[in-house]
Formats: sequence, structure tokens, C-alpha cells
Amino acid sequence: MTVGLYGAYGGRYVPETLVPALDELADAWAAAQKDEAFRAELGGLLATYAGRPTPLTLAERFAPGKRLYLKREDLLHTGAHKLNNALGQVLLATRLGKQRIVAETGAGQHGVAVATVCARFGLECAVHMGAEDMRRQRPNVERMRLLGAEVKPVEFGTQTLKEATSEAVRDWLATVESSYYLIGSCVGPHPYPEIVREFQSVIGTEAREQILEAEGRLPEAAIACVGGGSNAIGLFSGFLDDDVPLVGVEAEGAASLVNGRPGVLHGARSSLLADEDGQVLDAHSSAPGLDYPGVGPEHAFLRDSGRAEYVSVSDAEALDAFRRFASTEGIIPALEPAHALAHVAKLDADVVLLCLSGRGDKDLAEVVGL
Amino acid sequence: MKRLVVYLMCGAETPELAEAAVEGGADLVELGFPFSDPLADGPVIRRAAERALAAGMRTGACLECLAAVRERVEVPLVPMTYASLLEAYGYERFAADAEAAGASSLIVADLPAGERPEIRRVQLVAPTSTDERLSLAAEHTDGWLYLVTLTGTTGARDRVSPDLAGLVSRARALTDLPLYAGFGISTPAQAREAADLADGIVVGSRAVEVAEEGPLALRDYVASLRGAIDAAVPAIID
Repeated sequence: MTVGLYGAYGGRYVPETLVPALDELADAWAAAQKDEAFRAELGGLLATYAGRPTPLTLAERFAPGKRLYLKREDLLHTGAHKLNNALGQVLLATRLGKQRIVAETGAGQHGVAVATVCARFGLECAVHMGAEDMRRQRPNVERMRLLGAEVKPVEFGTQTLKEATSEAVRDWLATVESSYYLIGSCVGPHPYPEIVREFQSVIGTEAREQILEAEGRLPEAAIACVGGGSNAIGLFSGFLDDDVPLVGVEAEGAASLVNGRPGVLHGARSSLLADEDGQVLDAHSSAPGLDYPGVGPEHAFLRDSGRAEYVSVSDAEALDAFRRFASTEGIIPALEPAHALAHVAKLDADVVLLCLSGRGDKDLAEVVGL
Repeated sequence: MKRLVVYLMCGAETPELAEAAVEGGADLVELGFPFSDPLADGPVIRRAAERALAAGMRTGACLECLAAVRERVEVPLVPMTYASLLEAYGYERFAADAEAAGASSLIVADLPAGERPEIRRVQLVAPTSTDERLSLAAEHTDGWLYLVTLTGTTGARDRVSPDLAGLVSRARALTDLPLYAGFGISTPAQAREAADLADGIVVGSRAVEVAEEGPLALRDYVASLRGAIDAAVPAIID
């Protein structure tokens, strides 16, 4: 009876009220995957609205001695990989006849992507965001409002992504008949982890073709930052069946795979930062998109199976990489992928593929103030 | 007689409060084992959970609280919590230790029918539940069905959900089990209205608020609910 499992992880740990909506979503998702018209519409939007395929850039100065290839999701419309998923899910929402979209956001990149697709499709949009994140990601709050979204501050607990996600789920619980919950990462109850992974798999599919074109071979490592883990699972999905080491990089204070234990949060069983009683702990990271005590269930499965390796880097290491990358490559990365950049030098690999999941304009005020 | 269920959050005063609730006429007491991220709960119970956790009410302390309540009252006691606590403690061990401490069943707000079927518990159904899911929940539930009256979180509302009547009639067509209605019921008038439809009612958020004023206030509040539901139309069952 239990559905949507990745080994011992995943599932559907939600109040009964949401189960019929998740069943309906799973049916719509299955039908959409088989529907050529759906795939054509999404492909068209990704090409003409989002700007896919994104380029693969060889970084020549940041990592001396390595051939570091960057999958440039920072060049996607709205400045991060989040739009891949938001476009795919908004098409599912319209197929389900929903007029209102509810979402959570941490760094604001997912919130901006959702506000963008809601503007594009003429849908009402409510984005829940922690008050602390609203403070440190001010430009994204202004973007969402300009795009017509209502940004709902969450003013309890950590006032970051964990509480924003809880409030988004509570909003959906109360409005499930009219609202679609557009989750931003490969977390949550089945079928969300699978949906988000499939919509982000375009990253890995493109990158695999591009690096074969550029190098005539597969990379010796593929690396990405992991908060909930959507850009990483998108990249990894292109290489799961290859002999390519996969490396996920967490923030030291939010390392739910490196330091976590099995637990249940936001609808799924996964690896969490939790105490011995199952109470979820607060995460701490300078990168709001990584500042989350949970992670997608498929990552927990990939960790346990040994197919992917997960490491963590500190705020200071990420900040150093952020500054050095900007001054050596002429690209200002988001603080989130700066964590992956910080680990590149430690990789035992010469040809490295890294998902540059977003651009860093949003982080400037915070970095200058750090 | 219609059944009256009162929810209290585990804490130092809970044994005394539970005794007051039973004196006021509660037939069953739900004991909240607090969780850091209670998705099904509105602000009142969420804040009560935050306070309880800050006061050290972890699983072990909650089981001790349950045992202490058991010493004071005779009515059935049912812990209500979230899956993460059972995950950490061990599902079977949690169920066994709760029973040993005096629980007659469990309610796990984020374990819908079908997940972890080995854990015997009271199942919740909602206005959004399909008939298929109502039947599944009825088949797996422990003694009675918890009817979530509304689409949303726990907490007081201005009126009884208009969805309750439809949910009751659908459930009646599928099962002979007692149906207790909860979520959004806080006043005696609402208790009466819901009890006219269901076999019992559950009062949570308002009871938690009144409990902050002490056992006497809680006893009087519960007595006002008791009086209201005793005036309701007779139960179909018993």
C-alpha cells in the first residue's frame, strides 16, 4: 500500500485531507508523461521562454590543473534551475484545473520561478517565506511582488525554509480543492520527489550530451550543492547508469545527509537533522537555499546505496569560493552552488562537471555585509 | 449518549487537567505528544507544542505523563502525535510502551490509512476522502473513526463546517463504527450542532486555551460542552 519509495525512504506521511489530491496528482502526472502534447508544450516553453539548452562553460582559471565544466543554470530565465520545475508543474496545475498556486521559498529563487510562471499563465500565486529569509533575500521578495505574487511572511520558529514549507503545506491543506501546491525541491510526499526529479533531469540530460561533445568522454566526477537536492538530482539523473562518481555538497550547518538520521518531515521519510526523539532540529547556513534540515528521499537512498557521496563545507569555505570564483571566472555564483565550488579542489578528478545552479545577484547585500 | 473527547497537550499540569476534564464530563482524553513541525495543526496547538517541547516534553516524558494521567482517571486515553516521534522511538515499541502506560489506542496525524498498517490506531477521514478511502480507513481503524469536519488545520472556526453532514452520511453508508467529529468545534452551540450529526465530538484547540486558565476553568468549559451534547438528538449507535 505504501507508495513512492526509494528503498526505505519516501512515502506519503501527510494528513488524510491531502491524500486524494496526491492521488489525483499522481494520475495527472502519469497521463502527462505519456502525452506527446504535454512534452511538446513543456519543451517549447523551456526553449523559447526559459532559454534552454543552457550552455556548458569551461572554467579555465578557478581550479588550476582541472578541466572544470559548469552547467550554466545561472543563465536560465529567473537566474536559477528552479524554473525547469516551476514550468513543468504549472502545466500539471493547469491540467488539473487549478486557479491558485501555493509555494514555499527559501532563497527566493523558487518563489521567483513560481511567481514568474503564475504571471505567464494568469494564475493566483501565494508564496510562503520565512521572515529571516525575506530580510536576507530582499531583491527576490521585490521580484515576486512585481510579478504579482503575494509573499506571506512566516514569523515563527526559525523563520526560514522549514517553517515556510510547513506553512505552505497548511495553506494547501485548507485550500486543496482550488489550489495546486508547487513544491520547489525533490522533497515532500509521493509523487512530488519523482515529479521534481523528472522536471530537473533536463540538466543532466543536456550536460551529458554537452560534455561528450566537448571532451569526447564522460566527466570523472559530477558535483552539485544539496539543500533539498533538486539541482543535484537533476544533474545526477543524467549519469546514474554511468561509471561517473556523483558528489553532493551540503552546508555544514544543514548537512542532513552527512549528519542526519532517519525521520519524517513534510510528508516523506528521509534523512533529517533531528534529535533522538524525532524532533526536527534547526539548520544553519548562510545560503538560504541550503538552510533546510531535510533532503529529498532519493538522495538518502543514493547515499545508503553508495551510488553518490555527500560531503559538507562551511560558510567560510563557501564564501571564499564565491569571491574567488567571481574574480577568476567573471561569474557571480549564488551562495548555494558556491558550496559545490568550494569542494572542487578536493575532488580526485581532473574532468569535473559542476551544476552552477543559480546566479549570485540575490546574495550581494548579504555577502558584502558578512 | 454522545461521546465527548477532549484534547490536552502533555505537560506538568496535564494529570490534574485531565481529571478536571473528566469531572466536567469528558468520555475520552486525547494526549498530545508534541512535535516540532505539526502540519495538521493550527496556531493554538502549534504554539502549545512549542511550549511543551521547550519544557522538555519529549517522548519519554510524555509516556510518563500518560501513566500519571492513567492513575487519576478511568476513561480511555489516546496519545495523538506525528510519525516522526514513532520513527525515532520505533513504531512497535512506541505502540507497546504507550499501551503499557495506559493508552487504549493511538492517533497519528500524518499516517493516513495505508501507511504503516501494522500500527493499530484511530484513523482520520476528511471531507476530501473518497468512498474508497473511507472504507479503507474504516477497515483499519481502532474502534471509531475520527471525522475531520473541515478542509484545513485544527483550530476554532466561526461555525461548524458545512461539509460535516455530507461526510457523516457517506461514512454511515459504509460503516457501522462510531463516528466522532473534530476540528473547528469550540463552543457549546457548535458541539450540539456537530453532535446532532455524529456519535461524538472532539474539542482540541479551545480546550488547550481554556486549560491555560487552570483546571476549574477547564472543568466548567467541558461541562458546558457536556450539557450541550446531552441535549443533542439521540445517537444511532448505543
